[in-house]
Amino acid sequence: MTKTGERLFDGADWDFRTLQRVHDACEEIAKSELGLDVYPNQIEVITAEQMLDAYSSVGMPLFYKHWSFGKHFAFQEASYRKGYMGLAYEIVINSSPCISYLMEENTATMQTLVIAHAAFGHNHFFKNNYLFKQWTDADGILDYLEFAKGYISHCEDRHGRRAVEHTLDAAHALMSHGIDRYPGKKKLDLRTEEKRAGERRAHEESAFNDLWRTVPTGPAKTRAALTAERRRILLGLPQENILYFLEKTAPRLQPWQREVLRIVRHIAQYFYPQSQTKVMNEGTATYTHYRIMNRLHEQDRISDGNFLEFLQSHTNVVFQPEFDDPRFSGFNPYALGFAMMQDIERIVTEPEDEDREWFPDIAGRGDVMGVLREVWANYRDESFIGQFLSPRLVRRLRLFHLHDDPAETAGIRVDAIHDERGYRRVRRELARQYDVGFIDPNIEVVDVDLEGDRRLMLRHTVVKGSQLVETDARRVLQHLADLWSYDVVLTEVDTHDKVLKEYVVSPRILPAVA
Amino acid sequence: MHIVDRRLNPGGKSLENRQRFLRRAKALVQGAVKKTSQDRDIKDVLEGGEITIPLDGMDEPRFRREGGTRDMVLPGNKKFIEGDILPRPNQGGGRGTGPGEGDSEDAFRFVLSRDEFVNLFLDDLELPDLAKRKLAEAESEGLHRAGYTTSGSPANISVSRTVKLALARRVALRRPRPEQIAELEAEAAEAEEPRRSELLAQIAALKAKAKRIPFIDPIDIRYRRFETVPKPVAQAVMFCLMDVSGSMSEHMKDLAKRFYMLLYVFLKRRYRHVEIVFIRHTDRAEEVDEDTFFHGPASGGTLVSSALQAMHDIVRTRFRPADWNIYAAQASDGDNMTSDSLLTGRLLTEQILPVTQFFAYLEVGEAANYTFDMPDSSLWTLYERLRNEGAPLAMRKVSERSEIFPVFQDLFKRRGKQEKATP
Repeated sequence: MTKTGERLFDGADWDFRTLQRVHDACEEIAKSELGLDVYPNQIEVITAEQMLDAYSSVGMPLFYKHWSFGKHFAFQEASYRKGYMGLAYEIVINSSPCISYLMEENTATMQTLVIAHAAFGHNHFFKNNYLFKQWTDADGILDYLEFAKGYISHCEDRHGRRAVEHTLDAAHALMSHGIDRYPGKKKLDLRTEEKRAGERRAHEESAFNDLWRTVPTGPAKTRAALTAERRRILLGLPQENILYFLEKTAPRLQPWQREVLRIVRHIAQYFYPQSQTKVMNEGTATYTHYRIMNRLHEQDRISDGNFLEFLQSHTNVVFQPEFDDPRFSGFNPYALGFAMMQDIERIVTEPEDEDREWFPDIAGRGDVMGVLREVWANYRDESFIGQFLSPRLVRRLRLFHLHDDPAETAGIRVDAIHDERGYRRVRRELARQYDVGFIDPNIEVVDVDLEGDRRLMLRHTVVKGSQLVETDARRVLQHLADLWSYDVVLTEVDTHDKVLKEYVVSPRILPAVA
Repeated sequence: MHIVDRRLNPGGKSLENRQRFLRRAKALVQGAVKKTSQDRDIKDVLEGGEITIPLDGMDEPRFRREGGTRDMVLPGNKKFIEGDILPRPNQGGGRGTGPGEGDSEDAFRFVLSRDEFVNLFLDDLELPDLAKRKLAEAESEGLHRAGYTTSGSPANISVSRTVKLALARRVALRRPRPEQIAELEAEAAEAEEPRRSELLAQIAALKAKAKRIPFIDPIDIRYRRFETVPKPVAQAVMFCLMDVSGSMSEHMKDLAKRFYMLLYVFLKRRYRHVEIVFIRHTDRAEEVDEDTFFHGPASGGTLVSSALQAMHDIVRTRFRPADWNIYAAQASDGDNMTSDSLLTGRLLTEQILPVTQFFAYLEVGEAANYTFDMPDSSLWTLYERLRNEGAPLAMRKVSERSEIFPVFQDLFKRRGKQEKATP
């Protein structure tokens, strides 16, 4: 083993020069040995209070103001103060430059771990994974957030805080249904978005003429002209992006309200890839920091004592309690991701016959980082697990599949375990747990009665008998109706088009949203 | 790579969001604050603390699903084999990862800071009699430095400014310096004849010039200038008057104490400096410390006028009404000697009320569950008559702990605009 350079630090203390040395050492390994391709790094040192601040605005360094963030802050502060909750060691933002927040309390070892984890692991993933490339604009996000913050506070000045708050409440309720799930016609470019909004406003201001108000409008189009079929095509129905639909077609929204919906929608879209790649993202980052830390130790740039400190916290991070453990609360994405990355490393370097049979493409290829980089770039959680969960790992984690059918009175059936017959089924089911198509309810706008009472019709296609929770559904629909300003109908149908339940909600009479 | 130290950035980035949240949840939080404060020892009212509010109206609804057939993959199989049927856990399966978020707790706990707590606690309360307060504010005046002036009293001469100006003038007019003259004189003493008389002439000219240009001229003199500005009275004194005669029970004293504490908290929020004067009385009045006031034993008859007289004396000697906002709260069970009524009434209307901002009378009663109204006590009757004659008195009856806050709130309720405007 090569022994290069001297110790990066001694003991637990660090200063900014230490961080710089650590970063340079990590960068050398990341680039030359792991072949990572990262955005430029920006490392920010923050206090615990600032970390709490960041928590409450979904980790972003700047965000528009809304009471719900205050609520989260109050809640998190309370649980942090009582010691129910520890704070993360870092937060990393998918932007260019890639910003990593480090807590000032971390020891030097922890800072090294965190820099390797966030500034190289996550950073590489953000820059290279196809979902992030497709859906997010790392160069523009900070500027766009700045614009969003300014725009919303500008709206508050102009239209009153209550009106803006109300629109935001409604938009937030529908946020999970404000996402384009399939790549659209053009790439999202947040800079242009911001410019577009500014130009539109400037145009409105320059072209404003009060006389237009007095011009009589022409007679309405004849009813026959718009057949239902044509209407649906014109409106782009069915549409699963409810916020987009409202922004474009809601009859009585003010222009600024449409812009607010657009902002919320863009931000939801920005976070869309993150929710689909939790396991992969954390797996990538954990694998990266593990490799870098080990290498630093081999090079004798961190001492044995510091390395043990690292191993201890690494072990905590990748701990996966078993299902009957009181600490169990689902799969730990760090543990699963890291285990799979290591498993791939094993398959690539020391395959067994079973691996050759299951993974003919990669077994024994020898180039670990090449394979991993390819995997990191081209998969999301669902496809990653569906493709790369090996029988050996299923055995090691002793995975089993439970099928809980309420119609079955006897109990829950064990459908598959870690045996020859079960590998594929376990893998398929686990992959499905990470499939966004199954995680979010499938709700679409199907039609609008434009000639009649303008009611908006939505449909929830019920999968596996799982229906909406009524109280929450009514509240969300209330917000939806307020934005639409006419009645809203949601029907829940099963896969055989049988109607299970129908909700009808009328808009509230709002205190003059002007 | 950049390293940025954000630790020094101003904190409280979430403050505005937090305030928005509190504003939105105001009614709920306020209710919770009041409820919490009832359970608390009144001394701790000022402290912040954890409160719990129902999530009603503060929820952030999302479409969530539940029920239906569920499939889950779990780690750590020990003995199951394919086809086993496991009995359901009691409540239909709480473990495992169900779809949606389990974010439906029905109550929400969080911590309020001390200031937030007090603000919410005393929100929509207002000091009464603002017109008079303004008057009191205007009466006291303070001096402020306001630059320099060319005229004034000798005591106000600004030496440094004067010397500075004199120096500038001397330099500008090229007044010869004494060193320069001394130098020439020394040279003259040793010089030969033609040169000597030349030097002497030069010295004479310089001396004459120095005489023409004085070291300090009257035009250099500057005086410090002061302006009088109205100074807001930022201090208040609170008089606690209490009847401690035998008829006052511990319960009644407790009620009074709670009221005083509320008043103290309230005044504390409005004034930078609040003093408290405790006057207890039987048939004699004396100023005592807090502990004696509430716990010291005393017995005797009841003469309310003695307390009023004591308060009046203290005001006259220690608290000039121009400098102090004076508040008084009197607690009593209502007993008073009938013969004392006249004196009490006169003291109150002629001496006390004109100088106080606010005078509250709290009649405390036993906690017994009266089903009928007690006949009005002698003091109540007297005060009521005075009030009807136009004296600005606030008076309430209290017999239960839980009534203290409502009564207090009632007394200091923010009034409508018109009411406020009328003096």
